[in-house]
Amino acid sequence: MEFISYFGAVFTPFSFLILIIGTVGGLILGATPGLSPTMAVALLIPFTFQMEPAQGLILLGAAYTSSVAGGAISAILLRIPGAPANIATALDGYAMAQKGEATKALQMCFVSSAMGGVVGILVLIFLTPVLAAWALGFGPSHLFWVAILGVTVIATLDSKSVVKGLLSGCIGLWISTIGLDSIQGVERFIFSEHLDGGVHVIAALIGLFAIPQVVEMLEIGRNKKIMTLIDTVKHSVVDSILETLGKVRALFIGSTVGVIIGLIPGAGGQIAGIVSYDQTRKFSPNRERFGSGESEGVVAAESANNAMVGPSLVPLLTLSVPGSPTAAVLLGGLLIHGIFPGPDLFTKHAAVAWTFIDSMLVGQILMLVFGLYIARLAAKIILVPPPILASGILILAVFGSYSVQHSVSDVLVMLTLGLGMYCLEKFGYTAAPLVLGIILGPIAESNYVQGRIIAQAGDGMVSYFLTGPLNVTLYVLCLASVGYSIVMEVKTRRLQTAATENEAGEEPA
Amino acid sequence: MKRILMTMAAALSVAFAGDALAQKYPDRPVSVTVAYSAGGATDFQARIVTMVAGNKQYLGQPIVIINKPGAGGKVGWNHFASKAKTDGYELAAYNVPHFIAQSIKFKTKYNINNLEPIANWGADPAVFVVGKDSPFNSVADVVKFAKANPGKVTVSGAGLFVGHHIAFLQIQKETGVKLSYVPHKGGAPALKSVIGGQVMAGVNNLSDSFRSRSNLKILGIADNQRDKDFLPDVPTFKEQGFNVDDSSVNFRGIMVRKGTPKEVIDVLAAKVPEMFKNARVAKQMKNGGSPLRVLNREQVKKMWKERQAFLTELLKGL
Repeated sequence: MEFISYFGAVFTPFSFLILIIGTVGGLILGATPGLSPTMAVALLIPFTFQMEPAQGLILLGAAYTSSVAGGAISAILLRIPGAPANIATALDGYAMAQKGEATKALQMCFVSSAMGGVVGILVLIFLTPVLAAWALGFGPSHLFWVAILGVTVIATLDSKSVVKGLLSGCIGLWISTIGLDSIQGVERFIFSEHLDGGVHVIAALIGLFAIPQVVEMLEIGRNKKIMTLIDTVKHSVVDSILETLGKVRALFIGSTVGVIIGLIPGAGGQIAGIVSYDQTRKFSPNRERFGSGESEGVVAAESANNAMVGPSLVPLLTLSVPGSPTAAVLLGGLLIHGIFPGPDLFTKHAAVAWTFIDSMLVGQILMLVFGLYIARLAAKIILVPPPILASGILILAVFGSYSVQHSVSDVLVMLTLGLGMYCLEKFGYTAAPLVLGIILGPIAESNYVQGRIIAQAGDGMVSYFLTGPLNVTLYVLCLASVGYSIVMEVKTRRLQTAATENEAGEEPA
Repeated sequence: MKRILMTMAAALSVAFAGDALAQKYPDRPVSVTVAYSAGGATDFQARIVTMVAGNKQYLGQPIVIINKPGAGGKVGWNHFASKAKTDGYELAAYNVPHFIAQSIKFKTKYNINNLEPIANWGADPAVFVVGKDSPFNSVADVVKFAKANPGKVTVSGAGLFVGHHIAFLQIQKETGVKLSYVPHKGGAPALKSVIGGQVMAGVNNLSDSFRSRSNLKILGIADNQRDKDFLPDVPTFKEQGFNVDDSSVNFRGIMVRKGTPKEVIDVLAAKVPEMFKNARVAKQMKNGGSPLRVLNREQVKKMWKERQAFLTELLKGL
């Protein structure tokens, strides 16, 4: 309970001011496509040079938490996820906004973000010593199965047709191989020098989601007759809070999945939102409504991606091992103040460490307050006429993809992928499974390659990838996920056949 | 006659322009391209060593860091060597042996001949580490085990043809045993694999291993001398009887493109090393666990040439 005694340090005027700046700044940075949480933290590190260590960390911690939630704003209003973590939020959040429920979606998103965030920080506070060693136990074989578990989600994600979902996923996997393979250093599919560095996932994310949106808006803009403005219904904050708290299933699954995926170093918290969205959908009686504006989907995705924040710091703070790119950037921020994370962090630098963690807890509340406030204002974005909105998005998309690596190539890649996606969408393909393929491809591949080298030096492929409790658990989960999808698919077909032909079809295998 | 006069005038104006250039350079902020992502060790150190650039006695102008990561540094360096301006306002950070090894192994647009070193700020030697509970207590233990079990010892490191890999190749060559190298996506994941027990040993940065020393055993340093500041008790490979020198040490410094006016290079070569020696810079570097090693332009030139020759030999046939 040591952490309680350091709350005082968070509420000193200057620290609190920094916390507010970090929170609001994080929300805005997070909402800007291209500025992922990792970028937001990296951008702020130079500002901490002149601060006291604790205050510098408060700024970084607040920006990390709130930028993860901020990415939901653009996901809901514009169907452009601010970061990969918010992809699943866009699926139902945008559909809600189209029904005039933008305010409600944003409010529920911030409430569930704060709930998940608090759970994550509490895990960080109480379970760090227990979980740190467990998290480190994940090796290449386990991460390979985690990535495959993500792949099993692809087929049914945001797609009416399993085949089209799988095809989009395959295209994504292929795109992820472009460039220099990060393990062996082999060049693959480099047709032009713009592809030297591969396809950056943020550039792809912006292009695949934003550009089709822009083109569609411009299409509508040319035809004044079908140009309609969606009115956003006002929605009471209290109702949103109560409704979110009522989604116990989504909150529970979201927080649990977020915590687990956050803990695993190298799994990339990016998939937490999608896995939790998918799990919640599988357990929900309103399964069919997912994708058409079901608020449970927003709650599941947002509670998961914020629950991931606290646990992602567990391996960093106790073992000095950054488990995610953002944690790696945060490590730089710690080092610059002479703070070495590790087993003695909480004895040597107890004040700094606990103030930092406490501030993240307080930061969740502040994020909720400011988020709810911003929700009303931000929802007005929808009222902007499509042609103007489209040009605004285009500017942000170009700016965002350029700023990731200061590279014009990324902008060209972004535009190309976007135009390609526009065409694919005409045939019923969707962006979410494609992006998931781009994210999961490198995780699955590099861990397979590393695992193979280790296995060949040791006891062979079969025993390395298929034995051990963790491997078995993970691939059983993969099989269960695939099995479930098949059963559901067959079931729906049977129902359809039964409805049309008024007789039962074949027994499912 | 007219032609001669014109030539003289031109020569004169060039001479004066050069002088004037040196006097007023730099009159606006200078950029340094870092070929790795923000938050990584190179980026983090580049930001520290350039933070006092705005002081009057150094450049009198701030230095801004521009990150151009991708493909292990190749994207940023390719861009720099082919597109950067040669006016002295666009500098870049180098990592040796990475960029030299890459220029030997791959078709890159950069090599030591089209780049001009300015000064070196840091040197991070590679160390050989095993997990805390490992049965190995010295390099000799590892060698003995590997002799009996060729290829069974898995060794992690950050990717191919980077400092860690070069150290691995040297260790393998000098000890005469066969080990299995497991490349990772960077130093941090590679170290994690050692601590988590996924691999039996690892080659990693001194600074990162030092921070994780309570979860590791650091068996040897691939450098010519011990590290007095951080790891005074860890012996070098040479002390343990294996001829592994400092060829894999990760040197970091500042460079410009060939074609940058000599006057500008002279200004930078005089002032940048002084900037690296600034007391605040030294303190922040030490805080971050990053060894500082300042070398001037001539020393770096020599070091680049030596590495080029050594790496060409080592990487032959790989």
